[in-house]
Amino acid sequence: MSMKFTTREVSGVTIVDLSGKITLGEGGLTLREEVRSLVTAGSKKILLNLAGVNYIDSSGLGELVSAFTAVKNAGGELKLLNLTSKVRDLLVITKLLTVFDVRDDEAAAVASFA
Amino acid sequence: MGGVTGYTPLREGVNLTDSTSNRSSMTLESELSSVEPVETRAEQLARDAGFDEDTASQIAMISREAVINAILHGNKKDPAKQVRVSFELNDDALRITIADQGGGLDPDAVPDPCAPENILRGSGRGIFLMRAIMDEVHFHQLNPGTEIELVKHRVHKEPQA
Repeated sequence: MSMKFTTREVSGVTIVDLSGKITLGEGGLTLREEVRSLVTAGSKKILLNLAGVNYIDSSGLGELVSAFTAVKNAGGELKLLNLTSKVRDLLVITKLLTVFDVRDDEAAAVASFA
Repeated sequence: MGGVTGYTPLREGVNLTDSTSNRSSMTLESELSSVEPVETRAEQLARDAGFDEDTASQIAMISREAVINAILHGNKKDPAKQVRVSFELNDDALRITIADQGGGLDPDAVPDPCAPENILRGSGRGIFLMRAIMDEVHFHQLNPGTEIELVKHRVHKEPQA
C-alpha cells in the first residue's frame, strides 16, 4: 500500500495524518512534495502524524528530512507525532531523533508551536 | 508481474533445524518492480529462521535497500544488466547476497550519514542501515559489479528440560 495523506487544521497548525509506507517507488505524491505544497500554500506550522505509518526505509527517512528542511528554510516548523516503534527505531539508529521534535500527544504538540 | 526472470525455490518440507543448508536464488531485471519479490522472500525466510516480527521486517527492509541500490546505483536501471539475489538459511545464520553488474562500489567512500554535516541530507542512509541492522555486511568486488553479503545470525533457544 502506498502512502496516504489527510490534512486538517487545528489552532493554526496543519496536521498531516499519514498512513501506509514511506518508501521509494510506492507511487503517488511524495511526502516532500506534499509538505512543500503546504508551505507554498502558507502553512508554517506542520505536524506530521505518523501513527498510521507501519513501514519506512532509508528513502522514507530522506523524505522526512527533506520535508523538515523545506519547512525550516521557509521559516516554519515541522514536528512529528505518534511514532510507531518501527519508525522510532530507525530514527534512533540514524540519530534523526536528535533532529526532530517528536511528540506523543496531539494537543500538547499543537500547543508547542510558537 | 515483476522483473523476476529466474527463481530457484527452496525445497519444500525441509527441516530448517537440521544441518542442511537451504538455498534459493533469483535473477532480476534492473527495474523497481523487481524489489518486492526479494523483500517478500527475505521476510519469509527470516520468519522461518525464528526471528521476531520486527527483526524479520527489518531484514526484509534491508534486503529491499540492497536491491534498490543494485538497480539504481549499480546497474543504473540498464535493461541489459541484471541483479542476482541468493538466499541461504542454515543452522547458524540467514545469508542474503545481492550482486549487480555495475561499475563497482567503494563502501568506505560513503559519507557517515550521522555526522553533523550529513545529518540533514535527503539520502545516503541505506548502507548505514544495513550495517546497523545486520550482524555482518561484506562487500565483494566482482568483474564487473558489486556483491553485498548480508548476514543475520540465528538466535538459538536453549532446549527445554
